[in-house]
Amino acid sequence: MASDKVKTFTDGDFDQSVKDGVVLVDFWAEWCAPCRRLSPTVDQLAEDYNGRLTVAKMNIDENPMTPSRFMIRGIPTLLLFKNGDLKETIVGLAAKDDLVRLIDRHVA
Amino acid sequence: MQHHHQVIVIGSGPAGLTAALYAARANLAPLVIEGIEAGGQLMLTTMVDNYPGFKDGVMGPALMMEMRAQCVRFGGDIFPGDVTSIDLSHRPFALKVSGTEYLADALILATGASAKWLDLGVDKKLSGRGVSTCATCDGFFFKGRPIAVIGGGDTAMEEAIYLSKLASSVTVIHRRDVLRASKVMQDKARSIANVSFIWNTEVVDIKDLNKGEVTSLVLKNVHTAEESELAVQGVFIAIGHVPNTKLVAGQLDLDENGYVVTHAGSRTSVPGVFAAGDVQDHVYRQAVTAAGSGCMAAIDAERFLSGLAHEVPAETLSA
Repeated sequence: MASDKVKTFTDGDFDQSVKDGVVLVDFWAEWCAPCRRLSPTVDQLAEDYNGRLTVAKMNIDENPMTPSRFMIRGIPTLLLFKNGDLKETIVGLAAKDDLVRLIDRHVA
Repeated sequence: MQHHHQVIVIGSGPAGLTAALYAARANLAPLVIEGIEAGGQLMLTTMVDNYPGFKDGVMGPALMMEMRAQCVRFGGDIFPGDVTSIDLSHRPFALKVSGTEYLADALILATGASAKWLDLGVDKKLSGRGVSTCATCDGFFFKGRPIAVIGGGDTAMEEAIYLSKLASSVTVIHRRDVLRASKVMQDKARSIANVSFIWNTEVVDIKDLNKGEVTSLVLKNVHTAEESELAVQGVFIAIGHVPNTKLVAGQLDLDENGYVVTHAGSRTSVPGVFAAGDVQDHVYRQAVTAAGSGCMAAIDAERFLSGLAHEVPAETLSA
């Protein structure tokens, strides 16, 4: 089940949405099998961090500008922002424990 | 609560899910630990035309969803975690999944194999920046752009055929002058107008790490050592696979390429540990052979466990 704590970002609201706090953005598409695989992990992170981390998804078919700006050439890609600055890039499938380790570097 | 199972299956491709199906039907209540590449390599394929029983073909991900559902129907418990350590020195064998310990009287390794990288270093650094091992995942980003595929097997041909519909041009780079791919796949790839081949050539560098994107490949002819450069914006690596045996290395017999050595069916060098699918097979590597070997592992595990029932429990295998 998708977590209702996961937000949906668009090209239009992206800059505004990542400018405060720690934000994890999952770039995905319907046709991407590994993306579907990563999705439950992203949902769990949203539940586990419950407010301390903003977790969002961005559909790359509907929002081509932002992936192109960050030179994304493969999905799933996770980008972690802190107060608007890009801090971490995770390409491909990753285990939850590894993601937690990266996120904890930036979340108070 | 202690997580002690009669049978734990590690991996959820055709081998793992078939092993779990047979173990479930033998009332062994198997636990399957899926791993992060759940469903295995077929999850990244499109149409599968050589799995018996599907006369019109079946989509790889759909086939895996069917196998999963069939396993669950008979009571297989599928857990969406990744094993981080395995201890085969005592029975029950001990596994860790996200810090939680699981114990198994019999263990079936079906961890499969993962795409091999080039060993250049730069290829992994540019992963997600133009270097990929999955055409169906990343082809989208190369619409109308020139790309290269490295390799000469069926996977390389499949990637080239798929990418030819998206990219402006596809150059297949192969280190020999003959393809290893099946005739039908070769013919299909060779018949496509925007697919070309460079023979007897290796990739020795990928540019441009400073820019953080792929701009060209540095090529070397294996006979003349002559170097050249090919401008591409993406490169797909399809040079084979490496078995996922890191967690058991040093604990059971592996061959020189890291594959689990099996004997008398699916038995490994450690009694009670069985192996199925690509983790022990670098020859056939088909969905149907993986499924077949998964069945063998479950039957072997069942026999092993029924033999154990007549022994003193929880023996120590080594000091």
